[in-house]
Amino acid sequence: MARADADASRSGRHLHGAALKRQHTREQWSVLSLVVPALIVIVLIILIPLSWLFYLSFLGDNGGFSLENYHKMTQYKSYYRIFVTTFQVSILTTLACIALGYPLAFFLAQLPPRWAGVFMLAVLLPFWTSLLVRTYAWLVLLQKRGILNEFAMQVGLWETPIKLVHNMTGTLIGMAHIMLPFLILPLYNAMRKIDKDMMHAAANLGANPINAFWRVYFPLSLPGMVAGSLIVFVLCLGFYVTPAVLGGGRVIMVSNQITAILENQFDWGAASALGVVLLVATTFTLYLAARVFKFDAALFGRD
Amino acid sequence: MLIDSRLKLSFAVTDDPLGTTALPIEIRDLTKRYGSVYALNSVDLDVHSGEFLTLLGPSGSGKTTLLMAIAGFNRPDSGSIRFGEDEVILTPPHKREVGMVFQSYALFPHMNVADNIGFPLKLRGITGAERATRVEEALETVQLSGFGARNIDQLSGGQRQRVALARAFVFGPRILLMDEPLSALDKKLRERMQIELKHLHRKLGVTTVYVTHDQREALTMSDRIAVINDGELIQLDTPEVIYNSPANAFVADFIGESTMLPLKRDDAGALLFRGQKVGDAGADEGKDWTLVVRPERLFFAGAGAETDDQTIVLKGVLREAVFQGESEMALVSIDDDTEVAVRFGTSGRASPAASITGDQVYIGLDRNDVIIIPGGQAA
Repeated sequence: MARADADASRSGRHLHGAALKRQHTREQWSVLSLVVPALIVIVLIILIPLSWLFYLSFLGDNGGFSLENYHKMTQYKSYYRIFVTTFQVSILTTLACIALGYPLAFFLAQLPPRWAGVFMLAVLLPFWTSLLVRTYAWLVLLQKRGILNEFAMQVGLWETPIKLVHNMTGTLIGMAHIMLPFLILPLYNAMRKIDKDMMHAAANLGANPINAFWRVYFPLSLPGMVAGSLIVFVLCLGFYVTPAVLGGGRVIMVSNQITAILENQFDWGAASALGVVLLVATTFTLYLAARVFKFDAALFGRD
Repeated sequence: MLIDSRLKLSFAVTDDPLGTTALPIEIRDLTKRYGSVYALNSVDLDVHSGEFLTLLGPSGSGKTTLLMAIAGFNRPDSGSIRFGEDEVILTPPHKREVGMVFQSYALFPHMNVADNIGFPLKLRGITGAERATRVEEALETVQLSGFGARNIDQLSGGQRQRVALARAFVFGPRILLMDEPLSALDKKLRERMQIELKHLHRKLGVTTVYVTHDQREALTMSDRIAVINDGELIQLDTPEVIYNSPANAFVADFIGESTMLPLKRDDAGALLFRGQKVGDAGADEGKDWTLVVRPERLFFAGAGAETDDQTIVLKGVLREAVFQGESEMALVSIDDDTEVAVRFGTSGRASPAASITGDQVYIGLDRNDVIIIPGGQAA
């Protein structure tokens, strides 16, 4: 009798066990199958071209393995200058975006959601306009006999036209304008998530508005700001159109140089090597930022 | 009394546990409108120095608006709020020196426990060893010694609650405000924290204004309860009086369980329920009167029991009896559209003599337990 009971309970433990396990496995596979299209696309348009790029950059003139493309970069000072310019433009654009975007995002986050939506439209509207159109629009505005110079001279702000375009200034103005939404969106999101009670609590505990902002609000908005800044910074590193149009040949960033090499020398190896270095530099920057700001939590959320 | 004095001796946060540092709050004619809706409609309220006063009302009643006005987080349209002698209606929140525990706790996630509690001290220029000591004392008071280095996300709900509490009183405010501080906790923990909060209040001796929509919590904790509805103060009194002598149908209905039975007034001024006299209207000519019966004040009388000088007896049919653990709830219909709830203990002695659904039962109400309120039934 006791034996029979024990047997029954043992078999009861495994009742349908195998079938339930099969069902579980089947479900997991069906979920996994959802990523297959994305996986194919990634392999086709990212992995394969990147590998090819890599391969090309290590190809010498004789068709064998060679480091000469990379060696060239250390030889010519112009390459060094290009990387300095690239990082300079990227850092300055990011700073300009923070200076313009933080107050704006803060303002939006204080509005009732409905009004914030309306203002957000103003931020996003240029976002939907073609990049090229916006860049040329700045050219029209900023050039020597452009609207801005004409207006300023008529009002009497300055006597002779100021050079606002075909230089660093013009590039930065255009880049900051184009990048601004990339900073504002994640920042605004982070700010919206800050509980109203946080500022109430800070005030209640004796913090005047300035203290409350710097000790409570700003640290809480920091993850959003870091996330936005990184997006802007990384996008800037590889930017082409705006420096090409508004820089007037005086602001040469890595992507401009790549185009130049391809157009003038048709040297795929050198162009690829430059691309690889930019990729490595970008990855390294992201890695550093992740270590310093722990932005993995900022980017992927930790609610 | 013995327990009280011991608590006061062990108290470490302020030197003055008897509440002489506590401040009374005097609210006069406070009005706040949102559009055409009065969130607060000319509210007058005196909170005595050192007392535990609860603002009780349903959601949207204006109780939180009132608390926020005291804290300085919203700007009333008109009125006066005084802390002791000082008019504070124009004082910004960071200068009001009141502690507050938020419903969401509002602990700063980028600071650890000690930094959270030390925050108000830091802002007041208290540094180094003194700050550390006071933070540790506050942690001790809320029974979280040694938790200073923890991050907020490492704490349980109950622990967060205590940290929020410690942060609210560590700088020695003379008024403490609490906005439904226990609503996020599960029932068991909530009931324990109610007792602990009560304890702490006695220790600190600080004037406390507590907001809740939970009538049981209000009854458990308060020295006095202010019942608020539609932006108006309905009744302000001790829990016993609020429960035993509700001012109107709203209070009777909102606090405790009750069945409302309409009364008739005869020419002599006697108030009758089904021809049985239950009370006197006296000279009051008011038309509508309501008898409020609390389920736990009713009992099952023996079969054939009759109304006399002591007891009012109602005859009815047992519709349903629901076992609820510590007590049992019976629904008795005394006519086609009137059901009366009767709560009785489950000790066997209190049960109706083996009644089953559909049986005729007699329920009794002691005349001392009669509650009569003016006006008709609550909608």
